[in-house]
Amino acid sequence: MAVIRAENLTYVYGAGTPFERKALDGVSFEIERGEFVGLIGHTGSGKSTLIQHLNGLLRPTEGRVFVDDRDIWEDEKSIREVRFKVGLVFQYPEYQLFEETVEKDIAFGPKNMGLSDEEIAERVREAARFVGIDEESLSKSPFELSGGQKRRVAIAGVIAMRPEVLILDEPTAGLDPRGRREILGRIDDYHRESGAAVIIVTHSMEEAARYASRIIVLDDNGINCTGTPAEVFARADELERIGLDVPMVTKVFRELKRLGVAVDPAVYTVEDGVRELLRAKGGNVRGNA
Amino acid sequence: MAMLKDITLGQYFPGNTPLHRMDPRMKILLTIAYIVVLFVADGLVSYLAIIAFLCTAIAISHITPKMILRGMKTLIFIIALTGILNIFYTKGEGKPLLSFWNVAIYKEGIVTAVFMIVRIILLISGTFMLTYTTSPLQLTDGIESLLKPLEKIHVPAHELAMMMSIALRFIPTLIEEADKIMSAQKARGADFESGGLLRRAKALIPLLVPLFISAFRRADELAVAMECRCYHGGEGRTRMRSLKFGTVDLWALLIVAALAAAVILLKIFPVEVFGI
Amino acid sequence: MDDAVLRAEKLTFEYDTDDGELEVFRDLDITVKRGEVVAVLGHNGCGKSTLAKHFNAILLPTGGKVYVMGMDTASDDLLLDIRRTVGMVFQNPDNQIVAAVVEEDVAFAPENLGVPQAEIVERVDSALETVGMTEYRNHAPHRLSGGQKQRIAIAGVLAMRPECIVLDEPTAMLDPVGRAEVMKTILELNRRDGTTIVLITHHMDEAAQCSRVVVMEDGSFIADGTPEEVFTQVELLRGVGLEVPQTVELLYELRKRGFNLPLDALGCDECAAAIAAVMR
Repeated sequence: MAVIRAENLTYVYGAGTPFERKALDGVSFEIERGEFVGLIGHTGSGKSTLIQHLNGLLRPTEGRVFVDDRDIWEDEKSIREVRFKVGLVFQYPEYQLFEETVEKDIAFGPKNMGLSDEEIAERVREAARFVGIDEESLSKSPFELSGGQKRRVAIAGVIAMRPEVLILDEPTAGLDPRGRREILGRIDDYHRESGAAVIIVTHSMEEAARYASRIIVLDDNGINCTGTPAEVFARADELERIGLDVPMVTKVFRELKRLGVAVDPAVYTVEDGVRELLRAKGGNVRGNA
Repeated sequence: MAMLKDITLGQYFPGNTPLHRMDPRMKILLTIAYIVVLFVADGLVSYLAIIAFLCTAIAISHITPKMILRGMKTLIFIIALTGILNIFYTKGEGKPLLSFWNVAIYKEGIVTAVFMIVRIILLISGTFMLTYTTSPLQLTDGIESLLKPLEKIHVPAHELAMMMSIALRFIPTLIEEADKIMSAQKARGADFESGGLLRRAKALIPLLVPLFISAFRRADELAVAMECRCYHGGEGRTRMRSLKFGTVDLWALLIVAALAAAVILLKIFPVEVFGI
Repeated sequence: MDDAVLRAEKLTFEYDTDDGELEVFRDLDITVKRGEVVAVLGHNGCGKSTLAKHFNAILLPTGGKVYVMGMDTASDDLLLDIRRTVGMVFQNPDNQIVAAVVEEDVAFAPENLGVPQAEIVERVDSALETVGMTEYRNHAPHRLSGGQKQRIAIAGVLAMRPECIVLDEPTAMLDPVGRAEVMKTILELNRRDGTTIVLITHHMDEAAQCSRVVVMEDGSFIADGTPEEVFTQVELLRGVGLEVPQTVELLYELRKRGFNLPLDALGCDECAAAIAAVMR
C-alpha cells in the first residue's frame, strides 16, 4: 500500500521574477509503506524541490500529494500533522541545531507534536539510540560535538517524531568515509527496526545500490526512470551523462565486458563485483542474480 | 507565505547599460542629490518631473519595474504607516471630510498622505536603482574614494567600505540560509505563523540561533580566506577598475542638475495644476 | 636552490584549551617538491587542515619550522611573499568568495598585492581562462553551481601566480559533476604550468589520480608514497577508518579468494586488464 502518492506535481520557482523557472514538471510516483527508496539526480534536477512537496513545505503549483490516501492540502490547517508523518532531514542538518542540550534539540519535534513529557523523554532516548548518541551526550551542548555527531543528533530530531516516512537529503554530504558508513549503517538499521519507509537523496550510485530496494531517477525536473538498482543502473552510461557518480567498480566491469570477459556489467559494489567474478569463473558462490 | 528568497533588497543585477557603466562616485553623489531634490520638491509638476526622470533611469537600466516592486514589498509597512499617520494628523482649514470620535480627516490630510507615500516610493526606488546597478565592490570603491579626504581626520574609509561590501555580498547567502533553516525547523513542526507577539518572538529562536552561529562561522572562514589572498588592509592596494568619470557621467550630472534646477524654480515660482 | 616548495621540519603545533594544552602534532617532517601532486588523507580531526594552514602562515608552528620556497613562515616581513607563493582553497566556496561579481573576486588578491591595474586585468583574464569560467566573468557568484564557485575560488588564487596551491577538501560539498570539474582543473594546472598541488580529500578516487599520497593519523604520517605504494596497504588504511579505491578493494578481495592478481592496478582500465588476464 502506498504511504505517499504524488500526482502530476508541477512547481514553478520565483514566478514573476527574472529567475522564474520550472523546478518540477508533471511528476507522479508512489512510495510503498516500509520501502527503502533511493532518489537520485544531478544538482538542479528538482530533487530538493520534490522532497519538500512530500511533507507540505512547498505547495505544488499544480498536482496533488497524498499521504495515507489523504490530499495533504485538503485541509491547510492540518499541514503540520503531515510534517510529523513525513519526516524530512535537510542537507547539512547540523546547521539547524539550536538548543542548549542535545536532549532538548531532539525533543523539539516531539514537543511541537504536543506529546506528554514522559512520551517525549522516551522518544528522545529511542531516537538517540537509533543514531548512536549515548546517554552522556544527551546533556551536552550540541555545539560541543564533532561534525558527524551533530549530524546524527539532527537526524535523531526527526526520527523522534516517529514518522511513517523518513526522507534524508544527501545525509553523507561532506563526511569522511568512516562518517559516511556510520550514518548509512544507522539509517539502514532504523529502516529495518522501525518499519518506516526511507527515502535517501544521493549522488552516489554505490550508496543507492547498497541500501535501496528501488531507485527513482530525476532528470530535468521529471522522472527519468524508476526500478530496482539492477534495472536502473543497467543504464550506467546514461546516468553518468546526467551527472551521477559511477562507482569505480562499475567502470571496471564495463571495461571487462569490453575486453570480452563474460560478466554482467551491472555491478555497483565491490561485494557484488567479487561475486560476479566468482560466478563467471565458475566459482561455488550461489544466490547471485 | 512569501519566501525569504524573494527579497531583492540591496541586491545587484549585473548588466552593461549606461547606468551600470557610470562611475559609482557619480552615482552615489547623484543619488544624494536626487534625495535632496525629492525633499525640496513641491507641487504636482515637480513630482511628475521626478517620476519621469526615475522612469527614464529605470528604462535605461533594463531593471524591470517588477523587480523594483518586489523590493518594495518588504517596506510596505513603513509606507502604509506613513500614509495613515499623515491622513490622521494633518489639520486642514475648511470642513473635515470625515470625522468620528475626536479624529477628523481633511482633504489636506489625504493630499499630504498621497504626497508622502509617493515621496517614499520615489526615495526607495531611487536608492534601489543605485544598488541594483552598482556592484557592491564598486559601491564600496565609490564610498571609499568619496570618504578618502576624511581619512585625515581618522575616518577609517577603507575599513568602512570593505565592511559594507562584505555585508552586501553576504545578504543573499544569509537570506538563502535563513530560508533553509526555517524550512528545516518547519519540518520538525515549528510554527512561525500563529500565536501572539510573544509566542511568535519565541518561535524565532530556532531560526535566529542557527543563523547567528552560521554567520559567525562564515565570518571566521571568510577572514582566513581573505588573509590567504594577501588582504592586509587598504595600504598599498590597487584596483582592477580605476574610477574614471566618463561622458555618461557628464550626461547624468547635467540631467540631474537640470532636474534640480527645475524643481527649485517650481518651488520659487509654483505652477499649480488641479489646485495642487 | 633546492626544489622543495614546502618543507616542514620537526613541526609541532599545540593550542590552549580549557582542559590544558592540546597537541595536534609533534615533530612532523615533510617535504613537497616542485611539480608534485600530493594527496593528504586521514579522517576528520586527524590534523590535516591544521597542517595545511601552516603552509601559508595562517598558523605558525609552536615548535619546529615551516619553509615555503626557503622562506621561514615565522618571519613577518615575508608574510605576503609566502601567501602569494602558496594559495589556499577551502571546502565551502561560499565562505571564500569576497566579491559579488566573479571578475572582481578574482581580482581581489592582485589588488591586495598592489599589482598595477593593467596587469590585474591580464591576470584576471588568464586565471578565468584557465579554470574555464571566462563567460561567467560578470555573473554573481551566489547564482553559480558549487563546482563553478570552487573554480572561481581557484581562479582567485591563480591570480596571485602561486608556486603551489593547497586545497582543503575542495570537493567535499560538491556533486559528482562539480568534483570532476575541480579535479580536472587542478590536474591540468599541474600538467600545464607545473604548479605544485597539495590536495586534502576524503575521496579515494581523487587521491588515486595524484602523484603522491600521504596518510595522516593522530597527528603523524603513517604512510607516504605513490598511490600504488600506499593503497596496497589495505589493512593499514582500513585500520584507521579509511577506504582504499574500489579497484584495489576488488583486487584485494579477489586475492583473498585465491586469484593471482597484483594489488597496484589502481586505474579502472588497468584493473580490468589485470582481471581479464586471469579470467581467460
